[in-house]
Amino acid sequence: MNAIFLMVLGMGAMLLGYFFYSRFIADKIYRLDPNYVTPAHTLRDGVDYVPTNRFVLWAHHTTSVAGAAPIVGPAIAVIWGWGPAFLWVTLGTVFFAGVHDMGAIWASVRNQGKSIGTLAGGVVGARGRNLFLVVIFLLLMMVNAAFAVVIANLFVSTPSSVIPVWSAVIVALVIGQLFYRYKVGLLWPSVVGLAVLYTLVIVGNSYPVLLPDGLLGLSARSLWILILFVYCGIASMLPVWMLLQPRDYINGMQLAIGVLLLFVAVLIGAPDIVAPMFNDNVPSGTPGIFPLLFVTIACGAISGFHGLVSSGTTSKQIDKETDARFIGYAGAVGEGMLALAAIIACTAGFASLVEWESIYDTFGGGNVAAFVQGGDAILSNGLGLPDDLGATLLATMVVLFAATTMDSGVRLQRYVIQETAELAGVRIGGVIGTIIALGFCLALAFGAGEEGTGGMLIWPLFGTTNQLLAALTLVILTVILVRLRRPTWMLVGPLVFLLLMAIFGLLVQLRQFYEAGNWLLLGLDVIILVAALWVALEAVTAIRRGGSLEPEAGEEEQQ
Amino acid sequence: MKQKQRCALLRRIDAALTEFYAAPYRRAVGRAQREEEDLFMLLVFSESLGVPNPVGFHTLELMPVLYERFHEWHTRMGMERSPLEHVGCC
Repeated sequence: MNAIFLMVLGMGAMLLGYFFYSRFIADKIYRLDPNYVTPAHTLRDGVDYVPTNRFVLWAHHTTSVAGAAPIVGPAIAVIWGWGPAFLWVTLGTVFFAGVHDMGAIWASVRNQGKSIGTLAGGVVGARGRNLFLVVIFLLLMMVNAAFAVVIANLFVSTPSSVIPVWSAVIVALVIGQLFYRYKVGLLWPSVVGLAVLYTLVIVGNSYPVLLPDGLLGLSARSLWILILFVYCGIASMLPVWMLLQPRDYINGMQLAIGVLLLFVAVLIGAPDIVAPMFNDNVPSGTPGIFPLLFVTIACGAISGFHGLVSSGTTSKQIDKETDARFIGYAGAVGEGMLALAAIIACTAGFASLVEWESIYDTFGGGNVAAFVQGGDAILSNGLGLPDDLGATLLATMVVLFAATTMDSGVRLQRYVIQETAELAGVRIGGVIGTIIALGFCLALAFGAGEEGTGGMLIWPLFGTTNQLLAALTLVILTVILVRLRRPTWMLVGPLVFLLLMAIFGLLVQLRQFYEAGNWLLLGLDVIILVAALWVALEAVTAIRRGGSLEPEAGEEEQQ
Repeated sequence: MKQKQRCALLRRIDAALTEFYAAPYRRAVGRAQREEEDLFMLLVFSESLGVPNPVGFHTLELMPVLYERFHEWHTRMGMERSPLEHVGCC
């Protein structure tokens, strides 16, 4: 089958979702009101609460929710064939993610821009808040460990990306200084910065950098993981304007260019999908598609992390309440498109089924390396890029994304550690907090599998936790809707599905870890399982309690 | 005429890029700035808090300039009225 067909089908479904389903949800369920005065206006302070142009806000919302995760998940999950991954990404984006993201913005806007964590405290009680902290800490720890492994793998498999990736740090530092110290307009620094970056992609393509194996008794991959965590430790303690902000800015542009190039290349080259629709011939050791598919692809179908962004920052900047539909739902569609691009690259960028099967020879094999390799083939076919240049380009894009996520992930983890310590009555400084955070991540990356492969083993666990967070947000939204006496089935459906898949997935993995004797991951699995059951329990009690309370009079009921 | 239009277009692109650059970090940067300014205000008001200030003569001159900011600070800290007796900003 041709990849163009898949692309058009996926995009078409998501756009239909945006034009029809999201309108229905916005009008009938959340009842977004163009005249409602949003917190950006009522609490305007120039710092947190600033009314922002909806296109700018959409661009931000999308780039901050779309990291490397919507690439990694689909790149692993196509091992069951492209059909299931495609269906879950498309239907997940249309019926799950869009509704969830838009709802998180709406709930926050209606509650003075409070974050979902705070709302959980109000709706579910103090336990809800603690549960939230636990889930977030686990999520950050797993994402940092997993992304370090993803990056290290890419540095080993595509060594030509080493030069552009590390030079991007310097480009970002220079742009940051120009903007803040010398007040230079951004147009020319951006143009020059991107030109330098893409020149370095070409340079790096000719000069791959390989770390020697066995240095300090470590493999090249382990060495890269260590280097990355040292870098993240330092980067996460710098002020945000110095490195993180300009990096984020360049990443946003890079993502737009990368995804656009991929889609154009698919349109021109019209590659055939070589992978089977349903793979009956999965390599031994591959867990069952049901429920593992639904926890392997979290970002790209539905992700709780979006709720944090939606309610943490986006809701405080929203100009009109009706913008929530465009920003929340279309933001989810943006991420779905990225996941779609990943599916196409991982299934259509290979010459034959045999070649594809040789790459996806184990569960977790293939992965982003398959995305880079397949994407490279599509780019050189469609746009005539010289051999391997596309691989360098895509690897650089993925690494930059993952590294920025790690930077802010370690930063947030430090805050959580400092906050927890403060609750316990101990004061922890920035350096100690960062070291503790890095310790947790390193222990997970190296403790769960030899040579730091543990980071990839935890991917499904990461997906599960991410979806638990989404389920928690859906619980809060459902309770709010129940108290407003509005229909809730479009939220309860996804909620029940997510919780069942999460718990089922955790049990399946529990058995795997037990059989493999991986006690660290077994322990982590048990903790997440307890959190999942906790969420389910809180959901039932909170929704029942909400139903027995007096209906809350929303302004529309009073009219 | 064309030159002018081109200039206006470039300026608009620049403004959009700046907004795209600044918006997500407005909060972090604004917080850091606010903290620094609070520290400065503390220095200026240090005499009133009983902290000896070697350059009190100079900072005294700054007090009227900081009155508004002081008011904004104590309302932000959840105090409706000025906590300092001799500073009656509201």
